Amino acid sequence: MTDFTATNTPHEASMGDYFALMKPRVMSLVVFTALVGLLVAPVPVHPFIGFVGILCIAVGAGASGALNMWWDADIDARMKRTAGRPIPSGRVQPGEALGIGLALSGFSVVLLALATNFFAAALLAFTIFFYAVVYSMWLKRATPQNIVIGGAAGAFPPMVGWAVATGGASIESLLMFALIFMWTPPHFWALALFVKSDYGNAGVPMLTETHGRDATRNHILVYTVLLVPVALGLGLTSIGGPVYMAVAVVMNAWFLKGAYDIWRRDDAACEADKHKTEIAVFKVSLYYLFAHFGALLLEAALHLYDLGGW
Amino acid sequence: MAIEVEHELHERRKGRNYGVGLLLIGFIAIVFGLTVVKVLQLGDAGQFERADHVVRPQIIPVDEVAE
Repeated sequence: MTDFTATNTPHEASMGDYFALMKPRVMSLVVFTALVGLLVAPVPVHPFIGFVGILCIAVGAGASGALNMWWDADIDARMKRTAGRPIPSGRVQPGEALGIGLALSGFSVVLLALATNFFAAALLAFTIFFYAVVYSMWLKRATPQNIVIGGAAGAFPPMVGWAVATGGASIESLLMFALIFMWTPPHFWALALFVKSDYGNAGVPMLTETHGRDATRNHILVYTVLLVPVALGLGLTSIGGPVYMAVAVVMNAWFLKGAYDIWRRDDAACEADKHKTEIAVFKVSLYYLFAHFGALLLEAALHLYDLGGW
Repeated sequence: MAIEVEHELHERRKGRNYGVGLLLIGFIAIVFGLTVVKVLQLGDAGQFERADHVVRPQIIPVDEVAE
């Protein structure tokens, strides 16, 4: 018998496995914040060009996710949460992930440049570089401040969305960046306090393990306090207004109270109520970001009817 | 043994092949859509005639023809 049968591959990668390389859940947040950045900008964009712009940003984010999975395959295999990802589970070969990551990076940046402008494309290229190289390759395994600086990668999308419309940056887009940048550490550390992580086994320094849980609680409070002026400052710009300000005041008070509640607790209290406060604050942090960007969108919608704004 | 036109590899990779096909169709749709939008944004599409390197008497202003 001379027929060729390719049966020696344990798993045949499906389209879904390749899609999973792109971290769809991260991509959804990127799409939301980039869309808000695009829609609140003072320059109108043709709907189709706006759609292509957002698509490019989403694909660029997915490409950096694939590059991250390629680079981190060794540590992903050692952690329970990530062991089922396409590369450690053997469904996708590392080289495939690298190829997809590089190809989609190039594709998204070039198409964004052609469809919109070079500034937006350069910013997207820098975002991909920041996540794949600065965060994944340099910081993640080197310092417990990894997510503080790495958080910048997740903060760029609204700036790119704004750049798609305006072709540049401004105080408004920088403050949208700063909002996500300052929000990421308390959000992530609240999660780190209640999730039993195995980052230690994988050799990834996490603040909870390198400096202890009390130090993490201090960090959460400090970063949340620093986040407040950024969130309120954004409300004073041209894209803010009374609606945004009202939302920001309520959400910041809520988040600040949560950070203070966490700060007052110790490990015994956490164990006693099974991290009830930490879980609650983590949820508040999710509402926090959604509410701020939702309020910006609402202000932009009100502007259409000559309402909203200052 | 009869030669099968449909190899089992084709069946196994059907999903991927359809996926790649759809992505290519989507890519073509995006490039086509962008072209339409960008051309329409130029306003007077007739102005393209000025750049096609071919003499078009009909776009030469009347006073120049008179000279």
